[in-house]
Amino acid sequence: MKDLRSILLFAVLVGLVPVFSHSGVLLNWLMMALFATLLSQAWNVLGGFGGQFSFGHAVFFGTGAYVQALLQLNAGLNPWVALGGAVLLSALLGAGLAGVSFRYGLKGSYFALVTLAFAEVFRILALSASFTGGGVGLMLPLSESFTNMQFSSRAGYVLLVLSWVVLALLITAYLRHSRFGAYLQAVRDNEDAARALGVNPFAVKCWATVLSAALMGAGGAFYLQVFQYIDPNLVYGSHTSIAALVGAIVGGMGTLWGPVVGAMALELLAELTRNLFGELPGINLVIYGTLLILIMVFLPRGLVGIIDRWKAKSKTARSSLSAAKTTNPATDPGEWSTSGEPTTQPRGDGDAA
Amino acid sequence: MGAVYTLIALGLTLIYGVLHIINFAHGAALMMALFAVYGLNQFFGLDPYASMVIVVPGMFVFGYALQRFVIERASHERDENILLVTLGVSIVMENLALIFFHSDTRSIDSDYTLSTVMLFGCVLARAKVIAFVGAMVVSALLVLLIQKTDLGRAIRAVAKEKQGARLMGIHVEHVYAMSFGIGMASLGAAAAFLLPSFYVNPTVGNGFVLVAFTIVVLGGMGSFLGAWVGGLLVGVVESVGGLFLGDSLGQVGIFLIFIVVLLFRPQGLFGAKP
Repeated sequence: MKDLRSILLFAVLVGLVPVFSHSGVLLNWLMMALFATLLSQAWNVLGGFGGQFSFGHAVFFGTGAYVQALLQLNAGLNPWVALGGAVLLSALLGAGLAGVSFRYGLKGSYFALVTLAFAEVFRILALSASFTGGGVGLMLPLSESFTNMQFSSRAGYVLLVLSWVVLALLITAYLRHSRFGAYLQAVRDNEDAARALGVNPFAVKCWATVLSAALMGAGGAFYLQVFQYIDPNLVYGSHTSIAALVGAIVGGMGTLWGPVVGAMALELLAELTRNLFGELPGINLVIYGTLLILIMVFLPRGLVGIIDRWKAKSKTARSSLSAAKTTNPATDPGEWSTSGEPTTQPRGDGDAA
Repeated sequence: MGAVYTLIALGLTLIYGVLHIINFAHGAALMMALFAVYGLNQFFGLDPYASMVIVVPGMFVFGYALQRFVIERASHERDENILLVTLGVSIVMENLALIFFHSDTRSIDSDYTLSTVMLFGCVLARAKVIAFVGAMVVSALLVLLIQKTDLGRAIRAVAKEKQGARLMGIHVEHVYAMSFGIGMASLGAAAAFLLPSFYVNPTVGNGFVLVAFTIVVLGGMGSFLGAWVGGLLVGVVESVGGLFLGDSLGQVGIFLIFIVVLLFRPQGLFGAKP
């Protein structure tokens, strides 16, 4: 319930921004930040809650974008209908990829490598196939109207992507409180123990990939609708996979608000560096990479982890005042996973209280 | 080409075999070494093969420091963290190179580039012959180092049983960093052999990182013999694939081998059952 209330509050607050502000810079930033949030949330479903680190999430992103484009260009479908196709096909690809990977027991680094290889294969295939337009890419004709999912102002896009981010937040909240989410986290923390308790790790991981891929596909479709142009390097390139992953990790893996905080912080930083250094190619990724390393060294639980630690501290301070010494195992600082014993509790992220 | 792949893969398999981590920064480190060789050649007129004297120790120090001061601190005893950190390192290195060197593709002109030699009745590019022989020699030296020296013995001990090795008085962190350094140093040698017949740009490592992983996985993680055979095999597949399908699709062949091997025989051709 607490999650639902905070999601509603977030939706209303962000939704009001375009009503009160018409600043192009602000709205553009907000749109890109929400878009990055969506990608991080998608990665977080599989990487954060499922513990399966994908280095090639661009494969779902690119597939979503290409399906969205091809259904409009070749089949003449309305973008809203095409969106359904894009999400569905990305999800199917997720099911297929997860099916083969997890069927053969790939995990950890091997899974990361296979996803990376899949993304590369798709990129090269999209470059050489004819129906994708090859390296030239695909261009969507510009015609701004609601039915075409193209808006004349950024405000329309902000509200569109905000609705998807809220949907992703709801899915994440579901993962935190449902039986399926508990299974998923159990598999992440100790697959063998989870299996011994009657969880089917294969099915659980596959469904998590499907959810994650569907969100990522929606992200790809959104990218196409905003920029009306895609090419294989843009949508299947590794920078998309990296942005999704770094956002989730910087914010805090396996948390509800981590990807939101992380992606927004990264977008803000990207905007600042653009102002400071101008358009240096690759400067953003240098910062992403540096942040990734720093976060891994100093804050393995992400930015959200700081708030939790601070909360835990103030709580123990209060409780020690009332002479009741309580320890909270869920907010053990510095360690973001209990690898020893299976736990089906959501990791302390906000509502450890 | 296959022999140089072997050398790159040997470094990777050494790091994997000892530290049980997958070094994602391997491709980026190779790119850095290539740029070092290139820079020494352009600004100091150093022969690419002679630059090995500087690049190999340089890469060793870099690898040692990276493991000791960055990767170890970030690991928090979890393999996934190491994977992410090395990914971070590779992103940083690759994009720093992009900022400083831009995305131009460069190559060096030297006497080796165009000259050819006759061998067994075939006309071969001299640079490639040198690369083949040199890579074979260096990888043989690497095997000797691991098999015959005290350091090699320590490395093998740590790879097999970390706790036991520590109890025997081996400084595990030091051995880890040494292995990482040696892995990086072999990249330095590979770069020196590679550059006269190849090119360098900031993303050149990407192609190699998956190729190296394919070789290591194909040969069996942590197996030296596997890395040798895998390296030669992948070199052949790439050339043949490139001949029939064109250069870009030839790459797909490698990725497909990689995916298929990972799925059906993750222990590799020579690896033990996991």
